[in-house]
Amino acid sequence: MQTSVVYPKRQLGIRGRAVAGKVITYALLLLLSISFVLPFLWMVSTSLKLSQDVFTYPPSFFPNSFEWTNYPRGWRVLPFNTFLINSLIVTLANVAGNILSCSLVAFGFARLNGRGRNILFLLLLATLMIPREVTIIPRFLMFSAAGLTNTLWPLVLPAWFGYAFFIFLLRQFFMGIPLDLDHAARIDGANNWQILTQVILPLSQPALASVAIFAFIGNWSNLLDPLIYLRSTELYTLALGLNLFRGQNFTQFNLLMAVSIITLIPVLLMFFFSQKLFVQGVSLTGMGGR
Amino acid sequence: MTNAQPTPITTPPKGKPKLGGMARKEERSFYLFILPWIIGFLLFDAGAIIASFGISFTNWSALSAPAYVGTLNYSRLIADSVFYKAMGNSLYYGLGSVGLGTIVSFLLALLLNQNVWGMSLFRTIFYLPSVVSGIAVAILWIMILHQDFGLINSFLAWFGIKGPGWLVQPQWAMPSLILMSLWSAGGSMVIYLAGLQSVPTHLYEAAEIDGADTFQKFWTVTVPMMSPVILYNLIVGFIASIQGFVTVYVMTNGGPANATLVYGLYIYRTAFINFQMGYASALAWVLLVVIILITVVQFIVARYWVYYEGDLKS
Repeated sequence: MQTSVVYPKRQLGIRGRAVAGKVITYALLLLLSISFVLPFLWMVSTSLKLSQDVFTYPPSFFPNSFEWTNYPRGWRVLPFNTFLINSLIVTLANVAGNILSCSLVAFGFARLNGRGRNILFLLLLATLMIPREVTIIPRFLMFSAAGLTNTLWPLVLPAWFGYAFFIFLLRQFFMGIPLDLDHAARIDGANNWQILTQVILPLSQPALASVAIFAFIGNWSNLLDPLIYLRSTELYTLALGLNLFRGQNFTQFNLLMAVSIITLIPVLLMFFFSQKLFVQGVSLTGMGGR
Repeated sequence: MTNAQPTPITTPPKGKPKLGGMARKEERSFYLFILPWIIGFLLFDAGAIIASFGISFTNWSALSAPAYVGTLNYSRLIADSVFYKAMGNSLYYGLGSVGLGTIVSFLLALLLNQNVWGMSLFRTIFYLPSVVSGIAVAILWIMILHQDFGLINSFLAWFGIKGPGWLVQPQWAMPSLILMSLWSAGGSMVIYLAGLQSVPTHLYEAAEIDGADTFQKFWTVTVPMMSPVILYNLIVGFIASIQGFVTVYVMTNGGPANATLVYGLYIYRTAFINFQMGYASALAWVLLVVIILITVVQFIVARYWVYYEGDLKS
């Protein structure tokens, strides 16, 4: 009799624990989600407040009125249209340069043999470990000697010489494409360039898109290089312009937030339309984007 | 979500053995294709590192010609109290943000790996903040951490707690930046999640047959199988966090009282505000050596806790 009582009790205990586990999981997920989303909501809420409502104590989470005009007002405080154009030039030139140079190099490493290939590939990966601070001073002095400081060139040129993370990502993807396709194309008389452009690249669109997205986001939010190289305001990128805005109007948080949100829109759009590609890029390399 | 496994970093399959002439032709093509990177490497990486080493023995304002000063920059560095402060701050930030970040991102990945309903929505929510980085986010967090009008202190005020001046009190400034860095934990979460989903289920089944409970399964299957991924994230995360400074530059500019003066910011100021290229290069080289040392130590310690499949040692 004792056993017949104990046995169902234990079974119920296990099921009860499973249910409790689920409840705790969802409770944690919900709590964490709220704390991850709240900063965004706070940002939007602040961007819609009147100046005097930003500094009330205790602060209200919801704006008293929705001041949509904060967005155009903030945008007009500084020549943000010029900054936007500069950012687009720099970012798109980086995306194009990275796609072209990294595809070439990745194809070399994935499909062609040559002495020293493995050592060169290890060197390539090792460059990911070099702290930026070590290379940034010589780079600056080099661009300075070439008379290219205070132009957009230093922000654009390096991308055309490959970037280890993207080369690695593309090489991993290329190596997943069956060699038979190359052989077939070669029998048909294709050379390496034709194999790359007509066989490999059309099959690598997801990987290329990952590279394009990572390159776009990385350059779009880059503050360090513009900070070092650009002096004239008409050359500023959005990130640097936002930094200038922050320095000048430190108390106008509503306008500052409004402009910040505008600068984030391309990144957010890109994220929502291509989340799969992000995750794919990550699982292909085991690395994040930056 | 793809279950694509990262392809191992081994040599690509070599084609069938070729004749000498063909092989030489292929080798020429190989070097031609990787030429852009070779140039970039010589110019922007290897060349820059060597140049940086040379510059560290000079006194150079970038406006006048460099003057050779021997090891003067290095002896100055040894006596420079700000150097120690900045290095300490960076290590503090690196340990704090990478340590806590690993725990949070691993926890998030574990939660999402339990076949939860709405998994992709939760994943989006956790991942998104790590994608939007840079100055806009830094400005947002200045606002969130504001002493009187910030989100965190108004939340604490509900419970009658008067929150500190997060970014203006020296003892709170660095913890604030570490807290803020946790908001981007979703980046490593995605990597851990991909790793968790590729742990073979038969290992869990075998552990269950042996009578393991949830925690035992976690410690004997999940953690060992994930340890290479964790190691990789620790190394990369630490290198990234020890050299990052843009967020700090925007939020506190090293203050209050140098409490957040991280190493990268100190180099930036020395080189581009004070135009002491020689001393800044010496600082940068010390950073390079420290990073190499820390990475080597991490690899040595890893022998004791990282498990590689196919390794015959216990």
